[in-house]
Amino acid sequence: MHQFSLPHADSFAAIRQAARDRILILDGAMGTMIQTLNMSEEDFTANGHIHGPGCRHTSDHPQKGNNDLLVLTQPQAVEDIQLEFALAGADILETNTFSSTTIAQADYGLEGAVHDLNVAGAQVARRAADRATAQDGKPRFVAGAVGPTNRTASISPDVNDPGYRAVTFDDLRVAYGQQIDGLIAGGSDLILIETIFDTLNAKAAIFAAFESFAKAGKRLPLMISGTITDASGRTLSGQTPTAFWHSVRHARPFTVGLNCALGADAMRPHLAELSGVAETLICAYPNAGLPNAFGAYDETPEQTAKLVEVFARDGLINIAGGCCGTTPDHIRAIAEHVAGHAPRRIKETANV
Amino acid sequence: MSKPLLRLSGLEPFTLTSDIPFVNVGERTNVTGSARFRKLITNRDYTAALDVARDQVENGAQIIDVNMDEGLIDSKQAMIDFLNLIAAEPDIARVPIMIDSSKWEVIEAGLQCVQGKPVVNSISLKEGEEAFVHHASLCLAYGAAVVVMAFDEQGQADTLQRKTEICARAYKVLTEQVGFPPEDIIFDPNVFAVATGIEEHDNYGVDFIEATRWIRENLPHAHVSGGVSNLSFSFRGNEPVREAMHAVFLYHAIKAGMDMGIVNAGQLAVYDQIDEALREACEDVVLNRAPANGGNATENLLEIAERFRGDKREAKVRDLAWRDWPVEKRLEHALVNGITEFVDEDTEAARLAADKPLDVIEGPLMAGMNVVGDLFGAGKMFLPQVVKSARVMKQAVAVLLPYMEAEKSGGRDSAGRILMATVKGDVHDIGKNIVGVVLACNNYEIIDLGVMVPPQKILEEAKKHKVDVIGLSGLITPSLDEMVHLAAELQRGDFDVPLLIGGATTSKVHTAVKIAPGYTRNQAIHVNDASRAVGVVSSLLSATQRQGYIEAIRAEYDEVAERHERAERAKQRLPLADARANAMQIDWSGYNVPAPKALGAQAVEDWDLAEIARYIDWTPFFQTWELKGVYPRILEDEKYGEAARNLFADAQAMLQRIIGEQWFAPRAVVGFWPANRDGDDIRLFTDDTRGTVLDTLRTLRQQHSKRRDSPNLALADFVAPDGVSDYVGGFVVTAGPEEVAIAEKFEKAGDDYSAIMVKALADRVAEAMAEMLHQRVRREFWGYAGDETFTPEDLIGEPYRGIRPAPGYPAQPDHTEKQTLFRLLRAEDTTGVTLTESMAMWPGSSVSGLYIGHPEAYYFGVAKVERDQVADYAARKGMEMAEAERWLAPLLNYRPSDTSATAA
Repeated sequence: MHQFSLPHADSFAAIRQAARDRILILDGAMGTMIQTLNMSEEDFTANGHIHGPGCRHTSDHPQKGNNDLLVLTQPQAVEDIQLEFALAGADILETNTFSSTTIAQADYGLEGAVHDLNVAGAQVARRAADRATAQDGKPRFVAGAVGPTNRTASISPDVNDPGYRAVTFDDLRVAYGQQIDGLIAGGSDLILIETIFDTLNAKAAIFAAFESFAKAGKRLPLMISGTITDASGRTLSGQTPTAFWHSVRHARPFTVGLNCALGADAMRPHLAELSGVAETLICAYPNAGLPNAFGAYDETPEQTAKLVEVFARDGLINIAGGCCGTTPDHIRAIAEHVAGHAPRRIKETANV
Repeated sequence: MSKPLLRLSGLEPFTLTSDIPFVNVGERTNVTGSARFRKLITNRDYTAALDVARDQVENGAQIIDVNMDEGLIDSKQAMIDFLNLIAAEPDIARVPIMIDSSKWEVIEAGLQCVQGKPVVNSISLKEGEEAFVHHASLCLAYGAAVVVMAFDEQGQADTLQRKTEICARAYKVLTEQVGFPPEDIIFDPNVFAVATGIEEHDNYGVDFIEATRWIRENLPHAHVSGGVSNLSFSFRGNEPVREAMHAVFLYHAIKAGMDMGIVNAGQLAVYDQIDEALREACEDVVLNRAPANGGNATENLLEIAERFRGDKREAKVRDLAWRDWPVEKRLEHALVNGITEFVDEDTEAARLAADKPLDVIEGPLMAGMNVVGDLFGAGKMFLPQVVKSARVMKQAVAVLLPYMEAEKSGGRDSAGRILMATVKGDVHDIGKNIVGVVLACNNYEIIDLGVMVPPQKILEEAKKHKVDVIGLSGLITPSLDEMVHLAAELQRGDFDVPLLIGGATTSKVHTAVKIAPGYTRNQAIHVNDASRAVGVVSSLLSATQRQGYIEAIRAEYDEVAERHERAERAKQRLPLADARANAMQIDWSGYNVPAPKALGAQAVEDWDLAEIARYIDWTPFFQTWELKGVYPRILEDEKYGEAARNLFADAQAMLQRIIGEQWFAPRAVVGFWPANRDGDDIRLFTDDTRGTVLDTLRTLRQQHSKRRDSPNLALADFVAPDGVSDYVGGFVVTAGPEEVAIAEKFEKAGDDYSAIMVKALADRVAEAMAEMLHQRVRREFWGYAGDETFTPEDLIGEPYRGIRPAPGYPAQPDHTEKQTLFRLLRAEDTTGVTLTESMAMWPGSSVSGLYIGHPEAYYFGVAKVERDQVADYAARKGMEMAEAERWLAPLLNYRPSDTSATAA
């Protein structure tokens, strides 16, 4: 039985149906929302009582700033933020698991907690989604978020040794596999591989997702989202948007798209390129502009929403949301602005 | 939905659309196909190996095949290392990779290193369905397209039936069991040799072509690839016939749907140029047809093949026929074939038939030269042949000239006027002369100012003649600065003409980064191949193309400059102290090298030109004429063989005259001194007591950061420190200044071909003298390898102990060290060789260098250096910083004006 003959998860048909009718809304930034809560080290560790669904975790490292840990130590706070996003109009809620891999958690000494982080991360988002649906009757979907980790498989961190790699494909495949297993176990409807700086990392995540789907006996819709880092129009690892699409197309993703690094305005041409070549749905969730000198994002909900509306008006997108600096108000404004526009139709592929 | 297309990627996308009839896969980064690449990989010379990949991409390869299947190396590790290094080179990594290995573990290791979408070459049913499914599933999960060989448990498919059966089975398994996208499947239905004399082989060509057709018709969206050279295996050594067979085969296979392959580019698109009888015979063999005139297809081809075995007798027979053609056709034939024998009478006949002599030039002669230009442009004629055509043209014009002067009919319209010059301080002009001849052949008027031309003169002459283009040439590194300077002068002087840059040390990057930005009124363009010069100049002078062309060049150069800037920023250099700390550590305990027979300098006078000739390495000679390949194999090369054989015959004929008539007077000087390393310097002593320092050789140290345990080298590292008695030698050899006058004589007689030939041979003679002298040094003058028995052919591979690095070359890039060497050897007095203001040796056919004798010494490149080393070096040499920076300009890893940047 091959990869693509696995039965689809239930979420597949439902989300496909929803996306046929309108532009779906993805939630906004978790990280910048958590920052506004000004939590202390004690808050992060629940006074040292880091409990997971499985067992108790300990670490010698300070945990302040380990946002993913909050799904275990402050699950209510995370759930409330996600509920706010859902009520603002988000159809898809991302799990708070951007850094829940052994590779990224090594910085906090919590490699042992990654399974619990992902299971709990999915469960928390599931609860928020269900509460929102109970209130307004609209279906909500949980996207298990898979971040890039803090290492790159095709770039040497040592400029003196361009052939060196701090992480291998297999390291990443194993770490991503653990994460995705946990996300599926916790009840995710989709898997979202996001903020892709280095396509080789993403390919390891895709490989891992295939393995996890085979284990779970079902195939979840995959969302794949690259990051164009600057005006050069390339990923950090040097690919153009089209080359990026060719590299991940074998995943047959439910969506491909772009997020982070740029505001909507700067993202537009790259999104247009991707939209012109990809024969699948397109998802875009830009930052609220570029960070100011203090690292904060200045674009108002109205400003961001107007720029995202341009994507919709030009027929570039099927799913829109926000990345760094976007609040529930941003998501509400985006939802309102794109509501009047038809979703992008998958075109015949341009032969580029 | 549109037809699913094969979509690959490196950093940039590649889509096999219907506009691309055939994808040529770059094959030079394949250890099984390229001896040179294999050597680089076994020596772990990844820098040069990356250059091979880069060249390939620059020359237009749409995909590059990487194969490391070599028994002597760890293929898996080599695949990983090389692909990781490629990933760090954006100008290579932009194209997709074909990961090529017969071992799955090597393929899988490769798949884990590429972020783009690669092609795996190959998988098959050879080990059964289970392994096939397993490998294919992994290729799918890694996101790769696959080449599938028509191979199953029973072996390689040879008949149409077996090929189609296996491909159909593989296709069904891939698409139905594995879920493989059909557009990502590339079948290789096996090209086998035909016309082998074995009847079962006769249908192999048809079997492949028909299998291709069947696959394309019955296996939707799949592609077909193959290695073509197998086909003509039984005609090895007969390149014209092989080439014809390949052309015929590809013509039919591509029509049948073959859309990818590893083929020599020269084997394409010549189908309709093939001699009709030969083509017919090839088609009979390839298509396994019964010959129209009876007989057996293989025997017919064998018979015809003899006529095409690349010897001239056949051509002579046909010579007689063309003499009966109309005069225009005779002139065209003479021009295309470079035959001067009848050109005087034919030109005269044409003149008598024409209204005025100018009509002959503008009529049949230009028409003939246009044919030459077209054939050259299409890659069907090569440089030496074009230069010979020019000789015919000049001779014809010389016949007409007296009548034209008599009639005062004025000059003819040229396509444009081009000034050519070798810059101040540089004496090398072979490349410039070849470009000049090729341009002249295309009706451009050439104003050649010769060598060592000062910038004022270039500016004056350019103004005086109102030239349309200026072309600058140079071989040594200080010439690069001259070119930068001249570009700035053009800008200042309100010039608005394109500036062409060419010569051995020039590069697109240097032109884009250093020269073009200083000349924004028009555009500086790097043109290093004579074969490109005509296209570039005609675009530049075309009213309709000019602007678009310059804009495209500008955009390209901006990108090149930016990429270079980015790459350079990324390459951190070591502080000098750290580089020194990582010097090569030779264990000198017990090192014992014999003292040279005599210390000090001595002239070497007993040169025999016939003996020197035995030491000539011919490969660079062919390179001079833009025939790329290794001697002697190039004589049998599919593409260049015929041109190479004719050129070689002409070279041998002239060499015999050089020897017999003593055209050259070779001279040389050699010297040895007691020497010890002192930091990055080498101290030379007056005598073996080593009490008095005679002079000091300065060396430069590599400052690039090194992979793991390789040292940061300086030449000084190969010389023993105080307390160990070591020696260093030096030499200057020259073929003598006679070549200059001889070349001039040929030029005056309108024979540029011989003029260039004598210079190219003088260069080879000087290089051969250097090789020969080095051997004598090892055996006799220094004598540390008295029993060495290498033949001249062996020496080309440099198997011997010790090196002879030359100042101005990569191991010691400072040309001013030649002053020390010349002073020590009193070389000017002994050999007549002088140094120009740019430290070029005059006459040009001269070679100099040091001798270093340690067995572990080898050639390396210093590459870029930092400000700290330049300051230290300037102080050691007693030079002003600015002067040192001027001499080392191409090496500086910083902007001299920018005082803030230092090595990290």
